[in-house]
Amino acid sequence: MGTHVIKMPDIGEGIAQVELVEWFVKVGDTITEDQVVADVMTDKATVEIPSPVSGKVLALGGQPGEVMAVGSELIRIEVEGAGNLQESASAPAAATQATAAPIMPAPAPAPEAAAPAPKATVAASAPYEPAPFVAREASERPLASPAVRKRALDAGIELRYVQGSGPAGRILHEDLDAFLRQPSTTSASVPGGYAKRTDAEQIPVIGLRRKIAQRMQDAKRRVAHFSYVEEIDVTALEELRVHLNEKWGASRGKLTLLPFLVRAMVVALRDFPQINAHYDDEAQVITRHGAVHVGIATQGDNGLMVPVLRHAEAGSLWSNAGEIVRLATAARTNKASREELSGSTITLTSLGALGGIVSTPVVNTPEVAIVGVNRIVERPMVVRGQIVVRKMMNLSSSFDHRVVDGMDAALFIQAIRGLLEQPASLFVE
Amino acid sequence: MHQTLNTTLLIIGGGPGGYVAAIRAGQLGIPTVLIEGQALGGTCLNIGCIPSKALIHVAEQFHQTHAHSQHSALGINVAPPTLDITQSVAWKDGIVDRLTSGVAALLKKHGVKVIHGWARIIDGKTVEVDGQDLRVQCEHLLLATGSSTVELPMLPLGGPIISSTEALAPTHLPKRLTVVGAGYIGLELGIAYRKLGVEVSVVEARERILPTYDSELTQPVAESLKKLGITLYLKHSVEGFDSTTQSLKVRDPAGEPLALTTDQVLVAVGRRPRTQGFNLEALDLKMNGSAIAIDAHCQTSMRNVWAIGDLSGEPMLAHRAMAQGEMVAELIAGKQRRFEPVAIAAVCFTDPELVVVGKTPENVQQEGLDCIVAQFPFAANGRAMTLESKSGFVRVVARRDNHLILGWQAVGVGVSELSTAFAQSLEMGACLEDVAGTIHAHPTLGEAVQEAALRALGHALHL
Repeated sequence: MGTHVIKMPDIGEGIAQVELVEWFVKVGDTITEDQVVADVMTDKATVEIPSPVSGKVLALGGQPGEVMAVGSELIRIEVEGAGNLQESASAPAAATQATAAPIMPAPAPAPEAAAPAPKATVAASAPYEPAPFVAREASERPLASPAVRKRALDAGIELRYVQGSGPAGRILHEDLDAFLRQPSTTSASVPGGYAKRTDAEQIPVIGLRRKIAQRMQDAKRRVAHFSYVEEIDVTALEELRVHLNEKWGASRGKLTLLPFLVRAMVVALRDFPQINAHYDDEAQVITRHGAVHVGIATQGDNGLMVPVLRHAEAGSLWSNAGEIVRLATAARTNKASREELSGSTITLTSLGALGGIVSTPVVNTPEVAIVGVNRIVERPMVVRGQIVVRKMMNLSSSFDHRVVDGMDAALFIQAIRGLLEQPASLFVE
Repeated sequence: MHQTLNTTLLIIGGGPGGYVAAIRAGQLGIPTVLIEGQALGGTCLNIGCIPSKALIHVAEQFHQTHAHSQHSALGINVAPPTLDITQSVAWKDGIVDRLTSGVAALLKKHGVKVIHGWARIIDGKTVEVDGQDLRVQCEHLLLATGSSTVELPMLPLGGPIISSTEALAPTHLPKRLTVVGAGYIGLELGIAYRKLGVEVSVVEARERILPTYDSELTQPVAESLKKLGITLYLKHSVEGFDSTTQSLKVRDPAGEPLALTTDQVLVAVGRRPRTQGFNLEALDLKMNGSAIAIDAHCQTSMRNVWAIGDLSGEPMLAHRAMAQGEMVAELIAGKQRRFEPVAIAAVCFTDPELVVVGKTPENVQQEGLDCIVAQFPFAANGRAMTLESKSGFVRVVARRDNHLILGWQAVGVGVSELSTAFAQSLEMGACLEDVAGTIHAHPTLGEAVQEAALRALGHALHL
C-alpha cells in the first residue's frame, strides 16, 4: 500500500493561486482512475481535476471556496503499490497519515471537517426549509387533530398552508411549530395579504462570483475611469447589415452589430495604439499590442465572463461573427477554455436590447479601454433642416485616464462613429 | 312601562345547544341571559334522548327478566315479571329531574340569568318575554329553539294518535301499537314497547327500515325486529285513522287499502326546525330549507345573530348543538373558532345498536375515492358472545393510498359506546395502522374495532 498525492496543478499561465470550487469525493470514497475528484478555478476558467490513479481517498487538502497555492497538496489517495509519496513509501499504511500530516498545508482541516459541502453549512444556519409544498385546495380538508386545529385558529394560521409530516399528511404540533418559526409569506392570517418578511439568505461569495468581485474592486480602485458617451446614427449601418444578411445570411451566417463594431474598433485602433494596450501599473510599463484581441463581455449562468475574440484584425466580418457566437456559447455553458478566457487587449460590452441609454463600463484591467454598446432606437433627428426618423445608438465607453488622455479617447470614439455612420469606410483600406 | 334588561348575550332556548352556550359564555365572563319557555334541557333531557334511553333500559330489563322466566340458557329461573308502568315513568322522571335541575345549577353557578317564559323577537337586538312586561336588549342574539315533531295532516295528534313525547310518558301501555315511520325514533320506541309486551307494527313508506343507513348495516336490526315479533309494513303509505274501528288505514305497495287494528298510533316521521312562535319572521333571516342558514361560525345572515342546533338543520343531534353552542360563546368572547368537525357520530339505540361516524362505503363511492372497506363480525368476538350477542359487526372505511380512516360503522349490542373511539380516531386523523397498532383490552367489543383495522390491512387475527 502506498500513498498518492495529487498536487494543485498549474492550470493557468503564471497563476500562483487556484480556488477549490467543489469536491466530488469525500474521505473514505473508493475512486477509479480518471474519476473527477474536484473542480478548481482560476481566472474565470473552471477546470476538472481527474485522478491519475485508483484507490481510496485518505484526505482532502481544502474546503470549497479555499484559495490554494499551485503545487500544494490537493488530495491524498491510498493506492495499491508504491504511490508517489517518497517518505511514506516504505511505511505501513497506518503510519502514513501520521507522518504525512505535517506536510499538509497549514489551513488544511481534519479530513472529517473537510468533507461537508458548503450547502450543508448553509442548511445548518437556515431557519426552517420545508420541502416544496403547495397549499391545499380550499376544498381539501387539512388533516389535523382537534388540538392542533384549535391552536392554529388561535394563532390565525390557515392549516391549508401548513405541510403535514404525520401519517397520511397529518399536521402535527411540530409542523405548526415549524410553520410558526418559518419566515413565511403566508403566515399572515389573510391569504394574499402583505406579510412582513424577516428572512435572509446568506450566500458564500466563492468561485466565479468571488473572482468577479475581486476584479471589479481591483479595477475600480486602480483605474482612473473616464467615461465618454456619443450617439451614432446607425441607419446606414443597419441597412447594410440587413442587406448582407439577406444576401449572404443563408450561406455565411447571420451578422449582428457586434462584428461591425469589432471592425470599426480594429480600423480605429490603427490610429490609437495607446488604447489597444495593457498597463502594468506595478512595473510602470505600457504594452501596446499590434494584435487586436477583443474581449466580449458575456453573461454566463454564474456571472460575467469575458471570452476573447483573438486576432480580430485578421478576421472577416463573418469569421469574427461566427467566432463571437461560438465563444459566447462556450462561456455561457462554462465550456470556455482558459485560453479562450484570457489575453484580451480591449473589451466590448453589450447588453443588446437591454442596453439602455447610457452605461459606465468598468475597464477590464490591465486593458485601458472598454467600449459599451447601448440600445438602438428610432429617434427624430434633424438632417439638413428636416426632421427625419433615424436609427440611433449610443456608445458608452470607459478609459483608463491614467494612460489615455480624454482627447485621445474622444477622438477614438469619434473615429468609430465616423466609420459606423459611413459603413463603406469600414472596408476601405 | 317596559322593564328593560341589558345583556351582552341573549339565548333563546335552554336545550343542549342553548344551555351549553350559556355555561361557556358564563365561564368566559360574558353577561348572559337565557330564555326558556318550558323546562331547561330542551327536547333532549325532557322528551328525547334521556327519557327514551330510560324507557329502553326499562324495556330491556323487563324483556330479559321475561326471557329468564322462559327456560333461560343462563340458568336463571324467575317467575314471569309484571310491569308497573307508572313506577317506570316515575323512575324516568327522576332521572330527568336530576339532570334538568343539574343544568339549572350549572347555569346559576356560571352567572347565567335564566328567564322562564316565551320569547318574542322584536329585532336583532331586542326580545320581549311574553306576559312579563320584560324587554331584553342584547349585543348578541343566539337562537337555539330546537325542533319539533313533524305531524302528518291525516294523522292529527290527540287521543290514540301520539307523538314520541306521549310515548315516553305513558300512563298505561296499549295492547297494540302501530308506529308510523321506521326511522331511529320509531324503531327505538317500537322495540321498547315490544319488549314491554305490546304488539307492535311499524309502517314505513320506503322500502326498508332506517332508510338513511345502508342495508348491510340495518340487516341485523331487521332480523332482530323479526325475532321480537314486530310486524313490518314496508312501502305502505298511511291514509288516516278510523276511530270507530280503531284502525290505521294504509295502502299496500300494490295500492290496495288495508286496515291495521291498533290501540295507539305513534307518529315518528321526523323532526323539523322550530321556527314558529317567537316572531322569527321579524328578522327575515336567510333560510336553508326549513332551517336557518348558518356559516361555519353559526352566524346567520344578520350580524351578531347566531343559530345553533336543530334550528340550523341536519344533523339534528344534541352533541352537535352542544359543540356549536360552546363555539359561539367562544366566538363572542373574541376567540378564533370554526365549526369544522371531521365527523359527528350518529347513534341508533335500537336492538342491536347502530353507530355511524364519518363516511360510509356509499359516500366514498359517490365521491369516487378509492377506499378499503373491511368489517369484523361480532360472531368472532368473545365479549359479544358473553353478552349473548353474536349478530352485528364493526366496519371501517379507509383510503387505499395512505390508509387514512374516513369512517366507521358498527351494529351490535352496546356499540353506541364505540362511537367515542370512532369519532376520536377520525378527529385525530388516524390511519388503519394507528388503530391496528393500539392494544385494545380483552375481552371487549373494542377488539372488533382493532380487528376491523387489521382486516383492512389484510391480516385480521381472529378471522
